[in-house]
Amino acid sequence: MKVVVCIKQVPDTKGGVSFNPDGTLNRAAMLAIMNPDDKAGLEAALRLKDQYGAEVTVLTMGLPKATDVLREALAMGADKAVLVTDRVLGGADTWATSTTIAGALRNLEYDLVITGRQAIDGDTAQVGPQIAEHLGLPVISYAQDIKIDGDKVIVERLYDDRYHVLEAKMPCLITALAELNEPRYMTPGGIFDAFQAEITTWGRADLKDVEDGNLGLNGSPTKIAKASDKVRKGAGEKVVPDSPEDAVAYIIGKLDEKHVI
Amino acid sequence: MDFTLSKEHDMVRTLFKDFAENEVKPLAQEIDEQHRFPRETVDKMAKYGFMGIPVPKEYGGQGADTLAYAMCVEELSKVCGTTGVIVSAHTSLCIDPILTFGTEEQKQKYVVPLAKGEKLGAFGLTEPGAGTDAQGQQTKAVLDGDEWVLNGSKCFITNGKEADVYVIFAVTGKVEKRGRIMKEISAFIVEKGTPGFTFGTKENKMGICASSTYELIFTDCRIPKENLLGAQGKGFNIAMHTLDGGRIGIASQALGLAEGALETTINYVKERKQFGKAIGAFQNTQFQLADMATKVEAAKMLVYKAARKKDEYKKDPKVSYSVEAAMAKLYAAEVAMEVTTKCVQLHGGYGYIKEYDVERMMRDAKITEIYEGTSEVQRMVISAALLK
Ligand SMILES: Cc1cc2nc3c(=O)[nH]c(=O)nc-3n(C[C@H](O)[C@H](O)[C@H](O)COP(=O)(O)OP(=O)(O)OC[C@H]3O[C@@H](n4cnc5c(N)ncnc54)[C@H](O)[C@@H]3O)c2cc1C
Ligand SMILES: Cc1cc2nc3c(=O)[nH]c(=O)nc-3n(C[C@H](O)[C@H](O)[C@H](O)COP(=O)(O)OP(=O)(O)OC[C@H]3O[C@@H](n4cnc5c(N)ncnc54)[C@H](O)[C@@H]3O)c2cc1C
Repeated sequence: MKVVVCIKQVPDTKGGVSFNPDGTLNRAAMLAIMNPDDKAGLEAALRLKDQYGAEVTVLTMGLPKATDVLREALAMGADKAVLVTDRVLGGADTWATSTTIAGALRNLEYDLVITGRQAIDGDTAQVGPQIAEHLGLPVISYAQDIKIDGDKVIVERLYDDRYHVLEAKMPCLITALAELNEPRYMTPGGIFDAFQAEITTWGRADLKDVEDGNLGLNGSPTKIAKASDKVRKGAGEKVVPDSPEDAVAYIIGKLDEKHVI
Repeated sequence: MDFTLSKEHDMVRTLFKDFAENEVKPLAQEIDEQHRFPRETVDKMAKYGFMGIPVPKEYGGQGADTLAYAMCVEELSKVCGTTGVIVSAHTSLCIDPILTFGTEEQKQKYVVPLAKGEKLGAFGLTEPGAGTDAQGQQTKAVLDGDEWVLNGSKCFITNGKEADVYVIFAVTGKVEKRGRIMKEISAFIVEKGTPGFTFGTKENKMGICASSTYELIFTDCRIPKENLLGAQGKGFNIAMHTLDGGRIGIASQALGLAEGALETTINYVKERKQFGKAIGAFQNTQFQLADMATKVEAAKMLVYKAARKKDEYKKDPKVSYSVEAAMAKLYAAEVAMEVTTKCVQLHGGYGYIKEYDVERMMRDAKITEIYEGTSEVQRMVISAALLK
């Protein structure tokens, strides 16, 4: 069984988000980490490796610096790593990102493709389903549990208040939730090996069956026109209502005014 | 000369830090108060290969270097001094001598499960009458047919009772050296559960309270002949060589304790307000922090240098790291004691209360000046090399 996990290197939003004076993200100032949903997806794949001897390949599209997350994945136990990097791929929206990743995946053998539900920087949750569409694969999103039964996967798909159990024949694509599992740590030896390991690097020429018009900034139907920081919260307001009823009414009114409820 | 860490070492540091924060820190206070050995943490560390970091892969280890191992003990000790010494005694004092002096059979039988963390190791040299003067051993080993028969006792043994494999030193005869009659000391591997091998007093300690420190008792304890470690009579050399490496481990523990206390204190003085401002705004606080940070950095350079020197030795046995290890342990231990004491002071009354980590760090720091050779012994090693 072969599993490919798509992982994205994202800024660590836990450490605070930093902006350049022009309003764009100051990525250089932020620590880069493996996107949390993707890490859970990788852990799920590694458990399939522990259980069924699956071969796990990790794939990322990004700057050469993104090899850091690939090495981290190798140090956790992934078998192979692929970096897709090329100047012409920069500035991609979800469409161009997914065509690129699909183009790379056409070179690989897989029974399962796992992506995260969403990346904590772009936050669109679109790349996974779009890859499935390009490759003509069934997709099961929001996986909170994955089991294998012969040539089928059985997945619990999470909703707000319930989950569905879905079954699909492989090959298929699953998008994973961070809640899926508790990812394992790397091992010290795994880290040293990961820095010796060969990382396959592909550029534009290695993408299969993709047109230039669907890649990078030029191939992106959407363009980011403006990015700005959220308006900062002002100082708190102290009110002294006459009764508990007044207090409740006041708070509900405020929440309603701010469209919280 | 290169003072930047390699990418590998940066990444291992992140690993140890995450593990220490998530798995070790939440238990540190509880196990200290209960004087309880953190078996669950040892099991987790075993799973992720922390119990055999500098051991070659063919012997069940991670195949990483001494610097990575030192960083592991350092990061663990930042949040829990006990967890740091469990790893250090196991790796430096038990695995290392078997790996260095053992036969192929001994390495397969003992190093492999120890490095995988399936078994825990300990080192028994000290006796009530033989501390700094390690030559004053009383424990005897006599060859009887195919077995060595051990009689005597050891005191203050780290990982005692919890460990499965013990490297033990005993007198096997007398030798004449430069006209003087001296004890001939040999090293042995003894397994827990061997008839005649029992445990005595459990020490009730000031610090590293969750580390298990026991007396070992040998009464007609028979071990197979092939459990002699190294050549007969070479025990003293084996002990001294082992302690050179162990000192890098304890130096890393001391470094971690100092760093942990300093980090905690920096956060505290930014929050705590007196006279209308954070106590970090007072120049006395600032200068104390500056002095401490400078000493911690100096200690770190000595510790990493000693670790690097040991890695060089692995490639070229002519390299000696004994003086570097002694300097690193001496300095890091004294810095740990000074820094943790000052950090308690900067916490004021709260620093004296057990809920705040710094009082535990101060208690833990003291032992680093005593075990694996007191600070006085380190000064003897260093000055002997200077005056050679
Ligand atoms: C502030 C901002 C606004 C943006 N606005 C838009 C917009 O309006 N429209 C638009 O189309 N794009 C937008 N993007 C764009 C951006 O191009 C996305 O970051 C990128 O296309 C991937 O989408 P995502 O990060 O939302 O990933 P998601 O779709 O949230 O990611 C889902 C999963 O896909 C996989 N994946 C995603 N990217 C990669 C990768 N590079 N390599 C490997 N696997 C990957 C991972 O497994 C991930 O968990 C915006 C980005 C920013 C920073
Ligand atoms: C918690 C703990 C864990 C330990 N773990 C282990 C272990 O795992 N294995 C093991 O074998 N041992 C272990 N020890 C023993 C430890 O290594 C010894 O306690 C230490 O070496 C000092 O020996 P001592 O206690 O007999 O002190 P002593 O040798 O009696 O020393 C007392 C004082 O005299 C000084 N002194 C002694 N001789 C001289 C001299 N010639 N010149 C100047 N000053 C001198 C010493 O520096 C010290 O200050 C442990 C001890 C403790 C407390």
